[in-house]
Amino acid sequence: MNPADTNQVCSAKIDASCRVPLLALFGGAALWLVLGLAFALIASLTFHNPEILAYCPCLTYGHTLAAANNLLVYGFAIPAALGVILWIFARLSQAELVLPIVPVAAANLWHLGVFVGVATIFGGGSSGYTWLEFPRAAAALLGVSFVLVAISAVATFGQRQERELYPSHWFLLAALLWFPWIYSTSNLFLGSNHPVRGVAQGVINWWYADNLVFVWLALVGLGTAFYFIPKISGQPLKSRFYALFAFWTLILFGTWIGIPAGAPVPAWLPTTSALASYMLIIPIIAVAVVLVKTLWGAKVASFGGIFCYMRFGTVMFLISALMLVVQACPKHGSVLEFTWFGQAQVQLQILGFVGLILCGAIHDILPQIMSTELPFKKFVQVQFWLSFAGLALYIIPLAVAGVMQGNAVYDPAAAKVPLMICTSGLMLLLAGAVLLLVNILVMTFKWKIALAKSAYAAVTAPLESSEVKS
Amino acid sequence: MKSGFGVFFAVVIALGGSWVGLVVGPTLQLGTAKQTTVLVSGDLWPQQRTGEATLGMQVYRANGCAACHTEQMRQDGVSFDVVLTSPGKTPAVATAVSNVLATLKLNDLDKEEADAAAGKITDLGGKVETHLSATGTDIKRGWGVRHSVAADYLYDAPVQLGNLRAGPDLANVGGRLADANWHLNHLYAPGIVSGSRMPSFKFLFEVRKAGAKPSADALLNLPKEFAPADGYEVVPKPEAKELVAYLLSLRADVPLYEAPFTPVTTAKP
Repeated sequence: MNPADTNQVCSAKIDASCRVPLLALFGGAALWLVLGLAFALIASLTFHNPEILAYCPCLTYGHTLAAANNLLVYGFAIPAALGVILWIFARLSQAELVLPIVPVAAANLWHLGVFVGVATIFGGGSSGYTWLEFPRAAAALLGVSFVLVAISAVATFGQRQERELYPSHWFLLAALLWFPWIYSTSNLFLGSNHPVRGVAQGVINWWYADNLVFVWLALVGLGTAFYFIPKISGQPLKSRFYALFAFWTLILFGTWIGIPAGAPVPAWLPTTSALASYMLIIPIIAVAVVLVKTLWGAKVASFGGIFCYMRFGTVMFLISALMLVVQACPKHGSVLEFTWFGQAQVQLQILGFVGLILCGAIHDILPQIMSTELPFKKFVQVQFWLSFAGLALYIIPLAVAGVMQGNAVYDPAAAKVPLMICTSGLMLLLAGAVLLLVNILVMTFKWKIALAKSAYAAVTAPLESSEVKS
Repeated sequence: MKSGFGVFFAVVIALGGSWVGLVVGPTLQLGTAKQTTVLVSGDLWPQQRTGEATLGMQVYRANGCAACHTEQMRQDGVSFDVVLTSPGKTPAVATAVSNVLATLKLNDLDKEEADAAAGKITDLGGKVETHLSATGTDIKRGWGVRHSVAADYLYDAPVQLGNLRAGPDLANVGGRLADANWHLNHLYAPGIVSGSRMPSFKFLFEVRKAGAKPSADALLNLPKEFAPADGYEVVPKPEAKELVAYLLSLRADVPLYEAPFTPVTTAKP
């Protein structure tokens, strides 16, 4: 057996060890993605006719939108990211997943937590804090499950053969440490019986929102992209130094943004935040340099394939971060603050950047852990182009709506037309998400049927003669 | 960074720094805040909400109103107006003052211009007051008289600052629209108000058969297309009344040390 073969056998074993936990994480994530986009679509109907949901107390715009956003981040992005982290860590360590049963249990607890949280939002039990709408019970489930998955991931990380870390390790390991810290802090400071007093709540809420939606998602998205882009393009990541620079500047400056310019808090807070936002230009340039240098001269034929997901997703990160810088400039910020422009940035970060990269990673990982082809291989390309068109029809009109709304000084009727266009973008994104869900479901059912068949065959098989006592 | 410890170290430095700066710092600085005093009158600010308005804050939270409304006013700066209170004791002085007045710019001045203009008039023997007002797009739009400050939110839990103005800012809605019936009508049928894109909150109201005499709190003056069928009346449920009580309690209309302005009521023509 030559070394390449041993490596393949080894990879097959590693992938098999990831199978059940990753199916549990990805399957739920795809389902929540579909539901999240469906609720976002329902919420956007309000732009066409404000009365459309008025008769159902559950489906107010405030409920539907909060549910949609929470489903996209807690339902889809985080479990999908955890699955990708587990697999990348196992592959980079050249070791089987440690304690695979723990992430399986954790994935189910996590999905239960998301279900409880969203049901509570529809029942009017939202906490009232942005990105922390889930009630305490759901938050406890999410926190515990995240730590359980992280334990398995870090234990696998500890098994690595090559002791020196690969750049993806920094980003993904940091993400595993990040979330428990920010989630416990914000829940203890805001969700306890004695929350902090007054507007300090607002500051902590902004800090959490920024660290979750900007920093955490950036760590996960870039860590995943830095693993897949060199692998698919066949060129090494160029360079380790630029990636390290991007990592440090991202976490140093990214953690301080998020306090809006006119906030009713002591002036040092928004000022620091604005400064940190300007400094974001440094990690933006560093990531762009890594992307361009790594891909320079690479010839990858990929018409909407996984490579497109990764490359386009990383470019979306650059745009989304640039939008944050623009919002921090006083001249534009005073017009764009409190408009749809900020929503466009958040949605681009979730659906454009991390959404694309994670969907691409799932398409790549699934056939390997199941050791079979995707049931509908064409769906990969179709979903990419649907998402591409959907993002163009969702994010661009939303950003334009923000500019129009800002220039019209928040006239509610100012941006009617672009907001209506958003609905069509969401429809396309939803169609793409359904394709992902179909692929995962069909794959899971086929695997379960095969399992049942082999179990049945094992039970009904005649005993071998050597085992029969004479 | 060659080991896991390096990453751990990076996270502790970066996230720890912002945790100290944006979580612990503000908690120490703002978390122990107490009531402040209103300029001029010396009253305490803010006052605790009534029980009904406190319940209304929870209705506001439960329905996710903060998805479309902010509760924070912004301000660019301040401007000064010089107002003549007495033209002087003798007709000669009055003529001189009015001659000077015609040459002076009296509105929308900065501090030095206002002092200079006031100085010129007082030198001649006239009497003036200098009025301070806040400026900025939010204030120009008529949403309030000053920017929001930390003290305004002392008794809020949760503090719902909001991040999108699909609808108007509500930081001073109680000062701007003080009529409870207007709010009830608007919540029931936003179409009454021209330009309103708010979804209706009909489920906070009950349409029921009217007795011989209409109920005390039934909505009156609903336009024909929004009014219930003959013999029926629209009555707000307790949640609707609580929500309106909360909206009326949202006021940022007193001058504070951090947000001074000259109250309009004291102005003399």
